[in-house]
Amino acid sequence: MIISFIFQSLLNGILVGGVYSLMAMGLTLIFGVMKVVNFAHGSLIMLGMYVAYWSVALLHVDPYVSILIVFPVLFIIGASFQKFLINPIINAPEHNQLLLTLGVSLFMENLAVFLWSPDYRVMKTSYAEINFYIGDITISLARLLAFCFAMLLAAILYVVLTRTDLGKAIRAASEEPRGALLMGINIKRIYLISFGIGAACAGVGGAAITPFFPVYPYVGWLFVITCFVVVVLGGMGNILGAFVGGLIIGLADSVGAMLLPGSMKSIISFTIFILILLFKPTGLFGREHA
Amino acid sequence: MKNNSFLTVRNVSKSFRGLDAITNVSLKLNPGEILGLIGPNGAGKTTLFNLITGFLRPNSGSVLFLGQNLMGMKPHEICKMGMARTFQIVKPFSQLSTLENVAVGSYNRMSNVKDVEEKTWEILKFVGLDKRALDPASNLTTPDRKRLELARALGTLPKLLLLDEVMAGLNPTEQEEIIDLVRKVRETGTAIFIIEHHMRVIMGLSDRIVVIHHGVCIAAGEPRVVCEDEKVIEAYLGKGAYLAEN
Amino acid sequence: MPSRPMQPTTHLRPGFSRKAWISLGLVLVALHLLPWVIPNVLHVMIMIFLYAIMGQGWNVLGGYVGQFSFGHSVFFGLGAYVSSLLFVNLGWSPWFGILFSCAAGIVLGLFIGFLSFRYGLKGPFFALIMLAFAEIFHIIAMEWKAVGGALGILIPLEGNSPALMQFMDKEPFYFITLWMMVGSLYLVWKMEGTRMGLYFLATREDHDASEALGVDTFKVQMVAMAISAGMTAMGGTIYAQYLLYIDPDSTFGLANSVEIMLRPIIGGPGTILGPLLGSVVLTPLSEITRLAFQSYSGVHLMIYGLILVVVIMFLPNGIIGLVRNVFYKMRKRAG
Repeated sequence: MIISFIFQSLLNGILVGGVYSLMAMGLTLIFGVMKVVNFAHGSLIMLGMYVAYWSVALLHVDPYVSILIVFPVLFIIGASFQKFLINPIINAPEHNQLLLTLGVSLFMENLAVFLWSPDYRVMKTSYAEINFYIGDITISLARLLAFCFAMLLAAILYVVLTRTDLGKAIRAASEEPRGALLMGINIKRIYLISFGIGAACAGVGGAAITPFFPVYPYVGWLFVITCFVVVVLGGMGNILGAFVGGLIIGLADSVGAMLLPGSMKSIISFTIFILILLFKPTGLFGREHA
Repeated sequence: MKNNSFLTVRNVSKSFRGLDAITNVSLKLNPGEILGLIGPNGAGKTTLFNLITGFLRPNSGSVLFLGQNLMGMKPHEICKMGMARTFQIVKPFSQLSTLENVAVGSYNRMSNVKDVEEKTWEILKFVGLDKRALDPASNLTTPDRKRLELARALGTLPKLLLLDEVMAGLNPTEQEEIIDLVRKVRETGTAIFIIEHHMRVIMGLSDRIVVIHHGVCIAAGEPRVVCEDEKVIEAYLGKGAYLAEN
Repeated sequence: MPSRPMQPTTHLRPGFSRKAWISLGLVLVALHLLPWVIPNVLHVMIMIFLYAIMGQGWNVLGGYVGQFSFGHSVFFGLGAYVSSLLFVNLGWSPWFGILFSCAAGIVLGLFIGFLSFRYGLKGPFFALIMLAFAEIFHIIAMEWKAVGGALGILIPLEGNSPALMQFMDKEPFYFITLWMMVGSLYLVWKMEGTRMGLYFLATREDHDASEALGVDTFKVQMVAMAISAGMTAMGGTIYAQYLLYIDPDSTFGLANSVEIMLRPIIGGPGTILGPLLGSVVLTPLSEITRLAFQSYSGVHLMIYGLILVVVIMFLPNGIIGLVRNVFYKMRKRAG
């Protein structure tokens, strides 16, 4: 009994960890390319969730088809954000960028409350009720699909970054912006695209869990802190690190939930966060790209 | 007689992730002398400075200043002992005025505000920055920034001053002015350890020269002797250049 | 012919001119008369002063030394809880408890500071570590029944009792916060003229250059952290005694960290009056929106977000920075 309980928790941990991975990969991409710590990442996750929710509620599309809507919408939002707000202050001191993104997240989240009320919304879908059973283990279809979509997008992102010209340009811009400029790479465009991709990852991550996770304006905060923990754990700017880190944190969270009551489980992630920042701030995998 | 060395670097080595930056470098600097440090780009000159001033820890070897082993000491402690340095890429306190910048250095030795002010104005006059005293450091021209870098270090009343490529980015006239300034500093009795890229400058200023190449000391001695050394010429001009010259 | 005198008559930190002192003096006198002239604004004024005090605390570490903390609510909450628990459980007067709050804040601050500054944490990393600590305390306060859990602590009102920092009217709190605020201004003003004050700024501008000039940047940051944490914690005690109710969300929450942090950032980081100015602008704003949009008081956060974005993009040195810029340009034109 106990063993299957542990196994169940760990399994759920990995499934949600996959989603953390995707969200964190977006965050780490933005940092890796532009050295911007995007505090507004949580708002982007939240927006992705609301777009998915409204697509299902108003347009009656399948929740997983809504992901196809979320990606371009969040991409555009992310790119615009970069172009109009981040780009002008790209050379300002670091803390100013942090404050700016904090300001944006404050604005977005409270605007969401104003427009859509602080009520928790639950997507009406049958996916949430379907489960598979293997022995004593219950696998929720919705969680499994969320994991699969997250992994799919993560894999696509990885392939784009390593095999395509765009990906090479992005990596060049993040490692050596001046050199990349000299090679004729349009840095401004790369920044735009990278932020767009990062935002889209956040949005899709959010959309993927909407079938089984409530949507409300402050939901972003739950995930953004986790994203930061993952990104720091995996090494800021390190895509592979974010991928592995997400799974690790997902597991850590589920271990925490097993051992500690209520909201205390987050203490484990926070403690890991503090320890990493103090003892290995470059993360498990270091700062450079995979 | 106990070792009354001024600055002694003994078999110092430093490597980063397997890459050897400095290998077994030894040198001595005497009170009041100007020691030049030259070598091609990437030879490890600034790394050596960082090892001496406490910004980096050597993997092996030791640095002794005024008879004391500097192992494990923080840069500010070494500064208190009487060693000051400038940075290759100048680091002014941009939001502070020129006066305040130099005062930070002066506060190293004094704590009374009036004394610090007086000393700071003295130094500003000495380096020729008194007219710019109340301007924000961010408004200074490149030569003035170099002066500022120097002035700040002087405020700490150093016995030994390490200058890292202070001539970089200056035109010949500006360089002459800084060279004069360096000579003025030496006249006050301060020893100077200077990294410089421009041969002409360092030949003119230095009492002795040390040459570093690929992190190794390949020559040391008087300027004229060193610049005729076969290894030095090859390091700068490539293999076979010595033979070609001769 | 030099345009400035060679004699060392210029001070290292100009501070305030005579005109400025007189104006400040007049303002102070006016503030003392306020309770009898416009008694309705007392609550807003108390909140303005309270957050100015805590904002000044943040300012010492953030504005002067350049370490931006995103979790200053941890000190505020700690201060509020320590004095409240001492009062509710042991009957200790908050006048005494505030000293413990201050001490607790300093100890926590030095602990976090030791961990962070020893490893050279800066910028976003430090900001996030403070956030993490605030969240940890938030969670602990929520779950630990002994300190009230999610329900928080209700401080019993025993009528007028100055010895226990309990008053039926607002006036005493008005003067307490007014004088604490003046005290915080005085502390920072005094600090600016000292060696440590200049070392604060040097450390903010460039750690390496400061170290090379004999500045012990670790010690400097620890001193700033201690002052910052202590000040903010004391604000927490006054808040608790004034509102007579504290809970994890209102004390340790991120919203509170933002409130504290925004005052000096908007007003002018690294200046004496910045936090006060920022508080004068932001506090009425948040009180008004709280009343106007009663169903949800978070609208003011939305406005905060907007102001923050605008300030960062166009006024990175806050209101005071703008004023100084204008004066500097005017002086330059005058020759």
